[in-house]
Order: sequence, then C-alpha cells, then structure tokens
Amino acid sequence: MHRSFRTPLAALATSAAALSLAPMAQAQEVTIQYWQYFFEARVTAMEQLIENFEAANPNINVEMTHFPLADYRTRTAIAVPAGEGPDVVQLFYGWLNDYIDEGLIQPLPADRFSADMIQSEFFPMVNAMERDGAYYALPTAVRSLALFYNERILEDAGIEVPTTLDELVAASIAATERDGAGNVTRVGLTTGMTAQDHHWFREVLIRQFGGEPYLDNYETVNYDTDAGRAALDFYVGLQTQGATQSGFMDEPQAAFRSGRAAFHIDGSFRIGALEGERGLRWGVAELPSGPDGAQSNYASYWVNAITSSAEGPEYEASVLFMEYLTSPEAMEIWLEVVGELPARVAVGMTDEIANDEVFGPFVRGLEYAHTTIFADESAQRQVLVDMIERIQLQGMPPAESLSVAAAAEQAILDSYFAD
Amino acid sequence: MAVDPSAHDTTKAPNAPRWGLYGRLSVGQKRTIWAWTFLAVPILFYVIIRFYPTGNAMVLSFQDWNLLGARTWTGLDNYTRLFSDPVFWQVFRNTFAYLLLGTPISLVISFVIAYHLDQVRFMHGTIRALYFVPFMTSAVAMAWVWRWFYQDVPIGLFNNLLATVGIPQVRFLNSTTNALPSILAPAIWAGLGFQIIIFMAGLRAIPRTFYEAAKIDGVSTWTVLWEITLPLLRPTIVFIVVLSSIGFLRIFDHVFNMTSANPGGPLNSTKPLVLMIYQSAFSSFDMGYAAAQTVVLFVVLLIVSLIQLRLLKDR
Repeated sequence: MHRSFRTPLAALATSAAALSLAPMAQAQEVTIQYWQYFFEARVTAMEQLIENFEAANPNINVEMTHFPLADYRTRTAIAVPAGEGPDVVQLFYGWLNDYIDEGLIQPLPADRFSADMIQSEFFPMVNAMERDGAYYALPTAVRSLALFYNERILEDAGIEVPTTLDELVAASIAATERDGAGNVTRVGLTTGMTAQDHHWFREVLIRQFGGEPYLDNYETVNYDTDAGRAALDFYVGLQTQGATQSGFMDEPQAAFRSGRAAFHIDGSFRIGALEGERGLRWGVAELPSGPDGAQSNYASYWVNAITSSAEGPEYEASVLFMEYLTSPEAMEIWLEVVGELPARVAVGMTDEIANDEVFGPFVRGLEYAHTTIFADESAQRQVLVDMIERIQLQGMPPAESLSVAAAAEQAILDSYFAD
Repeated sequence: MAVDPSAHDTTKAPNAPRWGLYGRLSVGQKRTIWAWTFLAVPILFYVIIRFYPTGNAMVLSFQDWNLLGARTWTGLDNYTRLFSDPVFWQVFRNTFAYLLLGTPISLVISFVIAYHLDQVRFMHGTIRALYFVPFMTSAVAMAWVWRWFYQDVPIGLFNNLLATVGIPQVRFLNSTTNALPSILAPAIWAGLGFQIIIFMAGLRAIPRTFYEAAKIDGVSTWTVLWEITLPLLRPTIVFIVVLSSIGFLRIFDHVFNMTSANPGGPLNSTKPLVLMIYQSAFSSFDMGYAAAQTVVLFVVLLIVSLIQLRLLKDR
C-alpha cells in the first residue's frame, strides 16, 4: 500500500517538475502582442523601437503583427472584442470613442501617465484622448498640414512663397498655365475636398474667418454662420477666380508630384512620397494666415493604447512598452525613420527641428493645430465633398449648400452621440 | 440515387460479413448511405459558407451592431430608416439604371458582333480572342485605365483628343449626368467577350438546313434573322440576359475604382446598391443597416431571377 502509493506519486512529481521547468525558467518572461497597420517605414521604425525596448527589458518580448491599412480597422474591430487581439494596439485617434465606449481599451495608469504631465509635455491636441480625467491612449507622432510649393514654378513665374490667403490666391493665379483653348495645363493651387481640403476648410479656413467649426466638444455643428459662409465663399472663389481647378489630374497630390501644380496643401505624411520624386524641387511653408493674420492647422495622429485583454504581467509589460513608445527617444527614431512629427513639445520644438526646412513648418503648425473629433470621418468628409459639388455641378448658392451640409453633418453627429 | 427494391435479395452475398448495424443493411440502403455521405460534403459547405451567413445577415438586419460592441435588437428600425433615406432611393434608381441600360446595350452589341464574326473566316480566331481579352483583364486595372482616359486635359486621352480638334472638354466623371454612362461603358465592354462567345456557340448550334431551306425559298436576310436565327437563339439570349442582369445589379468594382476618392459620386449619381452596402458596413461600421440593404438586394435579385426563369419556362 505504502509502496504502491509512492511510485505513482514520484512519477507524478517528476513529470510535474518537467512540465513546470519551462515556465519556471521563464517565470519573469512576458510576451506581449503589438498590432499596427502596414506601412514600410512604420514597420521599420517599430522594429527598431521593439529592439531597443527588449534590450532594456530583457524579460519582455514584443511580437508585432501588421495588416494592410485597407482591412486593419475591420480586423482589429473583430479581434479585440473577441479577446484574440493584441495587448497594445495602434488605432487612429478617430476610432477611439468606440473602443472606449465598448470598454475595449484600458485607461493609462494615472501614476505613470498623469494628466498634468501629458498636458504640459505633449502638444495640446492629444487632449482628444482624455475621457473623464483619464487618458486612454497616446501618440508617438502626429501629423499636421502645410503648404507644399514647387520651387521651379515659383522661380519661373517670379512668385514669392505666399504667407497669407490673399497672397496665395494671387500667386496661384499667376502660376496657372493654359493652352490655346483655355484649358488649364498647369494649376496654381491643387484643391479637392476628397483629399486634405476638408480638414483645411473645417479647422483652418472657418477659424481664420472668425468662426468656431463645432461646439460642445465636436457634438454640435457651428459653421452655418457668417464665418462659415465667408470661408466657403473664399474656397469656392479659388475656382471661380482661376486659382485652382478642382479634380485637375484626378488627385491633388498627383498633380503636385508630376510638377503640374505650384501649390499643394497636404500632411506631413506626404514628405516621404515627395522625397523620392525625380526632377521635382519642392519646399514647404506654414499654411497661409487668414484675413486678420490668424493661423490655424489640423493635426491628426495614430495612437497606441492598451487593450482590455492585457492583464497581470502582460499589463505591466504593456505599460512599460507604452512608456517607451511615448518617450522622447522613440519620437526621435520615429521622426527619423517615418518622417512624422514628435508628439512631445520638448522633442518637436527643438531649434533643430523647428527650423528644419521640411519639418519646421509642420512642427510650428502643431502649436496652433486643432484636432477634429470625428464620429464617422468618411461620412463627415462626404458631407463637405457634396457641399462643394452641389455648388459646382448643380449651381446651388453656396450659403444654401452650406446650410444643407451643416444639417447633414449634424444628423451624423446626433445619431452617433445619441447612443 | 434511387433505391432499387429488387436489389435487396439478388445481390445479397451469402458470405458477407454480418457485423453491426451496417452489415444488416441491404445494398440499396448502403448505396443510399454512401450517396448521402458524399452529398454531405457540398451540403455542409453550403450550409456553413452560404446559408448560415445569409441567415445571420437577415437576423442582423433587425439589429444594431458596430462590430465592436454587442448586437442590440432594433426591430424594423433599419428598414424604416432605409426606406426614408433619399440616398437609398437614388442608389436604387442607379442600380436599375445600370441594369436597364447595361443589359440591352450589351446584348445588342454582342449579338451584332457575334452575328458578323460568325460569317468572317479571315483571322476568325484572332478577332474572337481580341474580343475576349477584356473579359480576362482585372476589372480593377481596367477601371483605373478608363478613369484616366476620362480625365481633363492634360492627362485624359479623350479630352486631349477633343482638345486637339478644338472641341470643348467633356466632363465625363465629374458630372452628375455623364458619370453613370461613363462608368457603364467599360463595364459593358468588359463583359462583351464572354457574351460574344456564348452567342457564337448559340449561332453554331442552329442547324444549317434551316438556312438552306430559307435560301431555296428565296427569303430575305432580315426575315431569316427574325424568323429563324433569333427565335432559335432564345435559350442563349435568356441565359445571357439572366447572367448579365445579375452582373449589372451587383456592379461594384468599376464604380468603386473609378470614383474611389468620392465613392459613388459625384453626389451619389453613380452609387449602386452594393457600394452603399460596402460603405455602410466598412466605412461607417453600421452593420445592421448594411445587412438591411443586403436583404433588399437579395429580394431584388430574387424577383429579377424569378421573372427571368419564368420567361425561360415559356419556351
């Protein structure tokens, strides 16, 4: 009895020891999953960050998974609620509301990411990540808008880089070329609400003409006003005065890249694409200031957040990883590899970066940039696209089209915030 | 597979192993079991891959779901919202415009080409292959090439041609009236090759003797066409009409790629139902609303197909 009991017990003990040996040896080792979308420079930069982070924290492994942007949103939206997703995830700031509402991401611990620290050290637009006093996510890098110009065209036409909207209009008209029949063959300013213009209109033009595009933390549309009408008249006037031709060469960035546009408003993410363009000499300037000298800009960003599936040691490791991703060092690497702007003021506003020929105008723009809190960005963009098309294709008076657009966008916001 | 009762006794082997329930079955019953075993594979496939999602989509159309949270019941809300949405009715009209313009135009063009190609001996195979090439080309690539053809001066092929002969530019895609036909044109062109091949097969299947008899009677070419060729092509025509109708009702690739910056635009003038479903689901993440639209599309396709099957029966 005694003997027969001991043998299986011993066997059990040995196998249990063998089984537990592996976990024992790696007792402090933690593997966390990180997801982002595929963009070569972003993946390269993240590999570098992970390598540095793992070197500093030898017991933590970070595994990165990436998908094409086209289905990134759908796949994260399916995986995260199912608990199959990552511990730390990169999300577009505009998707965050849904993730917070559904409890899919955890607030950042206040002891390591205090609201005071974030407010004083980060550029102000990260405020959009705050809900009830807690921050849910933080970016490594941010993007803003600036005015790209074609140096060769400016030299040919003898034009200075415009600094105000009036100068922009005059310079664009002067830079336009037409064939014998009057068809535009080189455009002054590229425009298209489908590209970045809807941001330029919302957060820049409306504010420059004295308005406030939204109220109640972006829940109420507020541009069906005199300022909104003035901004729209200016925007529509670009076309009627011959400073632009909407839809020229299909896409604004294509027209600029091929050297057939003098001016182009776009985000800092365009820098990488333009750098490799042969025969194109280009420069960047801050967005032109408004009638009374007011400056404004639009900033957007991808944030990193800790999902609700991170618990225990994974959670601890995720917090450490988040700290590294939002550190000055990570931001410098990101700027160098991806070309996106640091989210911390102290990193972005160094003399070197703020006076950089290319990054400078974008970084300076961050100081007065606004971030729209979208309920459904593509639907809200469509509202402005349709607003311009009603005017240009159907001859609707701008003021009327603006009212229709404001009502349509309010309906989108209402149905979103009603739940 | 039918069970043959006579097989029961005649084929029963005396030394057959008699183990278990299976052994006691007759050959006919075994055959039935095997038949069902093999049939189970496609049935399971259809149930899991087709019917379950279809049923799920129908349930979803009465719910509200953003993919992230829980599904909540909303009753008929999605449908009432859909039927009171002016964009939906615009999209509904667009979908039928694609169908009612696309099907007859492609039918007539492909028949005319097939009819004449049938009589051509010179380089017959090469010409036929040339017509078939667009059908094999990726719709996405084709849509983008046509998108660029349609642009304004200085990059658009058509407008450059017009400009060189001094004709004012035509706004093809950036127009609420021209955009839909402009998108339909490459879609028709892409499908022609297939329809031509089917028509030619149909033409070849008509017995020569009918034509010879007509020739002896001295009947005119038109009469031959109206009295012999077209009536005998009826099954071919119905087949092509059914197939191309379903194709035009589900048009997506061409529209999406030719208007990708402003999907279905300008001002929804080119948006078909499938694109609206796609946008509701994968850009607004309004899954219930998208499911309701899918159910409507399903019903429309069902009705159109039933009408056409009815026509096929009358033969």
